[in-house]
Amino acid sequence: MNPSLAFEDVTCLRGGRILFEGLSFALGRGEAGLVLGPNGVGKSSLIRIAAGLLAPLGGRVTGDGARALLSETAALDAERTLAGALGFWAGLDGRWDAVADALDAVGLADIADVPVRLLSTGQRRRAAFARVLASGAPVWLLDEPGNGLDTASVAMLEARIAAHRAGGGVVLVATHQPIALPGAREIAL
Amino acid sequence: MIALVWRELRRAWSSGGLVLPIAFFLLVAILFPFAVGPDGRLLARIGGGVIWAAALLAALLPVERLVTPDAESGVLDQLVVRGFSDSGIAAAKMLGHWLGFGPALLAATCVAAALLHVPGTALGTILIGLAVGTPGLAALGVATAALVSGLRGAGALAGLVMLPFAVPLLIFGAGATGGEPGAIKLLAAISLVLFAGCPFVAGAAMRMGRG
Repeated sequence: MNPSLAFEDVTCLRGGRILFEGLSFALGRGEAGLVLGPNGVGKSSLIRIAAGLLAPLGGRVTGDGARALLSETAALDAERTLAGALGFWAGLDGRWDAVADALDAVGLADIADVPVRLLSTGQRRRAAFARVLASGAPVWLLDEPGNGLDTASVAMLEARIAAHRAGGGVVLVATHQPIALPGAREIAL
Repeated sequence: MIALVWRELRRAWSSGGLVLPIAFFLLVAILFPFAVGPDGRLLARIGGGVIWAAALLAALLPVERLVTPDAESGVLDQLVVRGFSDSGIAAAKMLGHWLGFGPALLAATCVAAALLHVPGTALGTILIGLAVGTPGLAALGVATAALVSGLRGAGALAGLVMLPFAVPLLIFGAGATGGEPGAIKLLAAISLVLFAGCPFVAGAAMRMGRG
């Protein structure tokens, strides 16, 4: 399979205001898109449109392969253990066995039995990224993935994205912080 | 889908969202004998209606935790990304909500009936009526939760939105306990309409809330 993601002439309307207009780009196998721009310019809206959560006013989004979303919310049940909360999502994706590896990859394997409500901001963020890893989806949509992460975790994130791309995956990242994405296509809003 | 229903059920148990409505239901049933006096015959006569009104009010309590937490924590977003339809999510929530709420309410009704001096034969009809009517009540609860999700003062608004729609359930439910023939069939019809229609209402509300 050849994962891909393409925007064709997409226009985004939020709260009665046009955020961006006529946006087109295409990402193919192993490619990354880096959405840049100041706060409030529509980076998160772009990611939500790519995820199918927001209908664009005009244009269309096409692509191949399942998509995994990292949004600003963790979407992990606070009363469950980290492994349990991630296991729910991995179960929906039919990949129960992927949780342990994903937790190991983001450096949270030691606290797999800790309830989600006790996690710190950065740990929660890494846990949400672990869900993206565990999903096995070829197209990643990452909204501010570096938020709340320390430098070591940002390096881990960059390494994981690089590995995903090397394996043929597609990544679309919206960020206002510098994240190293060698050879990424810049999408300025 | 089963995973979603199971998650609803588990969350209902673990958050105390199940115990509270049932405790509230019993409390209302206990308050009535205090309010109208210990006249056994009077209590027995109004008992069925009291139980239905109490069930309606108890069904309002969990409304705030049904949709809002999932919308805020991003769970709904993640489900939609995985290809679940909004109405499908709503239907799973209704089923999970009823499984947690309905049987527990039926058990509590047996206790409430004893407190209200409701005779055994009438209790049977009340239980059948509640078993038929609570799915509609659960569906209405989820649809209301989706409609008021994200609004300020959602709890108070939920009552205003939900109770008028629950009036038919109350009329036919209480009618069935009064021995009206045909009331149970109308109750079943209303309940079915609610359970079949509410997923789409709730789904549309969740979709709008996301935009």
